[in-house]
Amino acid sequence: MKWDIRNIQDWGPDKHEPGALIPEAGNARYYKTGGWRAERPVRDEETCTQCLFCYFFCPDASVVVEDQKVVAFDYDHCKGCGICMVECPPDAISMHPESEFTEEGS
Amino acid sequence: MSSANILAVTGNQAVAQAMKQIDPDVVAAYPITPQTDIVQAFSQYVADGVVKAELITVESEHSAMSACVGSAAAGARTMTATSSAGFALMFEILFVAASMRLPIVMTTVNRALSGPINIHCDHSDSMSGRDAGWIQIYNEDAQEAYDATVMGFAIAEQENVRLPLMNMYDGFIISGAIGPLRPLDTETVQSFVGDAPSYTNLLQPDAPVTMGPFDGLHGWYFEHKVAQNMAMDSALDAIQDTYDRFHELTGRRYDHLMTYKMEDAEVAIVVIGSAAGTARPVVDKLREEGIKAGEIKVRTFRPFPSAEFARVLSGVKAVGVMDRADSFGAQGGPLYLEILAALYQHDVQTKSVNFIYGLGGRDIFPHNIEEAFRTLADAAGGRELPKSRIYLNLKGV
Repeated sequence: MKWDIRNIQDWGPDKHEPGALIPEAGNARYYKTGGWRAERPVRDEETCTQCLFCYFFCPDASVVVEDQKVVAFDYDHCKGCGICMVECPPDAISMHPESEFTEEGS
Repeated sequence: MSSANILAVTGNQAVAQAMKQIDPDVVAAYPITPQTDIVQAFSQYVADGVVKAELITVESEHSAMSACVGSAAAGARTMTATSSAGFALMFEILFVAASMRLPIVMTTVNRALSGPINIHCDHSDSMSGRDAGWIQIYNEDAQEAYDATVMGFAIAEQENVRLPLMNMYDGFIISGAIGPLRPLDTETVQSFVGDAPSYTNLLQPDAPVTMGPFDGLHGWYFEHKVAQNMAMDSALDAIQDTYDRFHELTGRRYDHLMTYKMEDAEVAIVVIGSAAGTARPVVDKLREEGIKAGEIKVRTFRPFPSAEFARVLSGVKAVGVMDRADSFGAQGGPLYLEILAALYQHDVQTKSVNFIYGLGGRDIFPHNIEEAFRTLADAAGGRELPKSRIYLNLKGV
């Protein structure tokens, strides 16, 4: 089922599902939590050994893996907790203040 | 119905009988006086295979209500029962059940909240939960408790309601004392209750949903609360419709407010629960003396039938509201405050006073109620009523 929530910011009391039910599975992906982030993880391609620890430890499933290799962070959902940096065995991940990045915090 | 069908049972036995006939999917409960023998009797029905219900024995009332929430969320018809401290322990989850719009039906056998430690009747338990979002219906005797239990799901499950419902009656006075019961036959009960509606529930693998979610940081909590209140507004009609349907079936008439000799009454008392039965002979006695006395018994407390109150009290000169629970530091007990608001909002100029009685199981005698009526009769004759509470049968005064 596709739940159309495009105008949900304007929904009044009678528009919601009774009991705050969410009738669509997995739609948390539409809720972008990247804006909560104060610091973003940056991975050094050279140092990274592709051990995938960051992927397994990330509590928000924000490490993007393709063909068994880390390719990126999902900055739409990464909250900047830094667990990946702490767990990374070769210290390939560092945290940088969002202010260092010119584009919007995505 | 013939007199052969009249049983002599306690209030708790009457409710256990109704639960047996309804045979819900799940009962989750924890024992507490004076509720215990409802679930004790029901667990015997389960053990004997008389019912198909799943009985979940839990380690506390917090868990009992939590299990009820899970069960009802899974689409199962769910019942429980509690009293006093047990009610207080499930308090947190009462709000969750209501906000998740789960039509759980619970019996609350009214008992005082400590302290001093007291196991006897007053209404301080359920009255403290009046803002939890549950429909609240108070019953006078075993028959009313039985009938209300049978009617519970029919109200709670209505599409525009979908709210949990609690039925109350007085601990010991009704729960443990034997009175007459005219039960319905099980087929009649089951057809009245009907099939459970198939609302969205958790157990649909092909259509997974999330229930009880976090509302986000700037979400819609406010809108959901307003939606709950809209459902409460709908419940007023849903309850009356169910009462009407029950009347057609059984000949037993129920209303939000049950009035006794109110047609031309000049003085009236408003009362909840078993004391209503104590008061009616007093009304008769005063009528013989020429005092136009009447009684209003409150059945539906949430949603509160305020317009109904305003209508019934519009011709009354003085009303005494009897509360079996107090609200410390407030202008009176919970029932009194509701009625004051109803009178003010509907511009009804009836003099009023609050009688507090029966706390911790203190007896209320006919002469106490007569005393209350005489105060009201004086007020109807022009005398001022006190702004503070009047305590009935309080020691040392």
